[in-house]
Amino acid sequence: MDLRLTPEELAFRAEVRAFFDESIPQDIRAKLTEGRHPDKADMVRWQKILHARGWSVPHWPVEWGGTGWDAVKLYIFRDEMQRTPAPEPLPFGVSMVGPVIYTFGSQEQKTRFLPRIASMDDWWCQGFSEPGAGSDLAGLKTTARRDGDHYVINGQKTWTTLAQYADWIFVLARTSPEAKKQEGISFLLVDMKTPGITVRPIQTIDGGHEVNETFFDDVRVPVENLVGVENRGWDYAKFLLGNERTGIARIGITKARLRRVRELAALEQGGGRLIDSARFRQKLAAVEVELKALEMTQLRVVAGEARRERGKPDPASSVLKIRGSELQQSVSELLLEVAGPYALPYRDEHDPEGWNEPAIGPDWAAMLAPNYFNLRKVSIYGGSNEIQRSIISKAILGL
Amino acid sequence: MDFDLNEEQQLLKDSVDRLFASRNDFETRRKIQASDAGWSRENWGAYAEMGLLGLPFSEADGGFDAGPVSVMIVMEAIGRSLALEPYLSTVVLAGSVLRRFGNAAHRAEYIPRIIAGDMTATLAFAEPQSRYDLHDVALAARKDGASYVLDGRKGLVLHGGSADRLIVTARTAGGRRDHKGISVFVVDARAEGVSRRSYPTQDGGRAAEVELSGVRVPAEDLVGTLDEGLAIITRAAEDGIAALCAEAVGLMADMQAMTVDYLKTRKQFGTTIGSFQALQHRASDMVVELEQARSMMLYATMNVDEPDAMARATALSAAKLQIGKAIRFIGQQSIQMHGGIGMTMEYKVGHLFKRATMIDLMFGDSDHHLEKLAASDAAIV
Repeated sequence: MDLRLTPEELAFRAEVRAFFDESIPQDIRAKLTEGRHPDKADMVRWQKILHARGWSVPHWPVEWGGTGWDAVKLYIFRDEMQRTPAPEPLPFGVSMVGPVIYTFGSQEQKTRFLPRIASMDDWWCQGFSEPGAGSDLAGLKTTARRDGDHYVINGQKTWTTLAQYADWIFVLARTSPEAKKQEGISFLLVDMKTPGITVRPIQTIDGGHEVNETFFDDVRVPVENLVGVENRGWDYAKFLLGNERTGIARIGITKARLRRVRELAALEQGGGRLIDSARFRQKLAAVEVELKALEMTQLRVVAGEARRERGKPDPASSVLKIRGSELQQSVSELLLEVAGPYALPYRDEHDPEGWNEPAIGPDWAAMLAPNYFNLRKVSIYGGSNEIQRSIISKAILGL
Repeated sequence: MDFDLNEEQQLLKDSVDRLFASRNDFETRRKIQASDAGWSRENWGAYAEMGLLGLPFSEADGGFDAGPVSVMIVMEAIGRSLALEPYLSTVVLAGSVLRRFGNAAHRAEYIPRIIAGDMTATLAFAEPQSRYDLHDVALAARKDGASYVLDGRKGLVLHGGSADRLIVTARTAGGRRDHKGISVFVVDARAEGVSRRSYPTQDGGRAAEVELSGVRVPAEDLVGTLDEGLAIITRAAEDGIAALCAEAVGLMADMQAMTVDYLKTRKQFGTTIGSFQALQHRASDMVVELEQARSMMLYATMNVDEPDAMARATALSAAKLQIGKAIRFIGQQSIQMHGGIGMTMEYKVGHLFKRATMIDLMFGDSDHHLEKLAASDAAIV
């Protein structure tokens, strides 16, 4: 038993850290540090930098652009990227549909889609949730009816993250309406330019526009865009959601935000510094200890990964999801507290002119309330924390 | 990076788990607890025979040099089985002082006897007024020729009634709360002037209040440098924290397993109570707390020999804080979900709960360590 990184792993960390420090465009780093959101151009720019270095999809099989790193190195890579902070690659392509395609897709689908995901020439979004199918995803109602060499999709998806930028969407649709809930679902790849698709923005409580409603009205999709076998889409979706949870603790991001807490709490406000308040320091230390414990838990999961069957997530990843999301929220709460009364003025992040106006309060305070509001989502998405508790009680405890 | 036990450690764990489980089943433990000494010489002999009393000591001193992971393995088994023998006080605490700071003569005189199971020892550091402050020492040691003369009172001395040797902190210079001026002595528990009042503790163990009046201790029984004893006792407390973290994880894992079993078997309203989501989710929260606690137990174990004193102290405080939180949550939920049966002396879960609760109050509770971490500028993450 040895919790220390090996000399080789330490050298790898130094290499990765140096690369991120040198290559992250300073405007993007500043945006993330302030809690603003990278836009499409930022995301593409950063992914292309990673791609040029050969690091855009390190976890993929080597033949499709992966690096062959083991779980520990993949963890170090992700952790360093989050700490920088640099934008995390858009998950819908590299972490969700990409692995589904290289695991279950046809050779044609692999050659057609995988390189463009890795280089981010295609922007993907996820068509899973529906107004009536959230945590109970298998309750989805969108249909795909076979008509010659096409499927015809009708229905409505919701919470489609960043669909406004998307070139492609992967969709779960019911191909056999008579079958039982989980059976009769298929996994389809759909070009967002296909006639009949309408995207309508949903504004979230932080004022942001991350998510959308996506409507399908007689959308014709060629049958070669079916992944794997018809009516087996639920299996692929479960595989995908298992992958989604492995990076969900977001410990690197929380570390970067804690650094921000310390920085901002050291500013003079109201005749003193918050960082000198014993009460505030205790709250901060309590969060830091919980985060240290979670980092150890994450490392235990990572170190055990080699022993697990491929594609089978550790049930402990539900522990990571629950505590990781709670910690992200706790730190956003600390930042809101640091902002104090000048968290109050609202600035529209999406109005570039408004953003160039002189700030009303201190610059650093502008995004702290929106971040706090926005991060309520992390205990809801990816299987709400209540769903995670049910997973633990069934998969780990056998209740 | 590697979280697995190596082959030797795995073998040790298998035999330790078997040994403790077989010698401390609940009924046997109850009898041991009711006996005069409150722990079993026979068990102690069996631990010695298996080599458990020599694990942390160096090979030069006759031990096995098996490192903190081996102590962690034993302490976890002690937690699960609620074993009552003085492993913490003798091997971990007194052992820490002797092996880390004892001179050649001390080590040769005491360590082989400890390893053989012929001698028990304990640490007498707390005083009625000191709460968690190791430096709060009033008991005075005055030099008189080739001896020191000790006068004062020590409290909460674990297994103090049965220990053969007491390792005592004494004030040799400065005021009661000065960090400098504390010295550490090995005192024969049967020396003239030592009086011990032994009593049972909430968790089924034993402790003693010890009065020293005019106790003469030969100067060669001073451990380490005169007036510089705080570092010695701090180090022992750190070894104690790492060990207690492991004991607590053993206790909590058992509480959690018992609670889940109970949820699966207890029927009410025509169904097992484990089918109720309110209870399922709380049982899941226990898993989260237990995994976090286990992570910090490993972190404490890996850091207890860290050479940087500040980093070591920070890591151990962080572990004690995390585990203290888990103790409260898992302990309270275990009793709650067992319902009435959890309240009874005849059922094991309540005993696990009581021992775990007392662990939180040893070497600083959660708030104590939180305050310490908050006041320090050392990085936690």
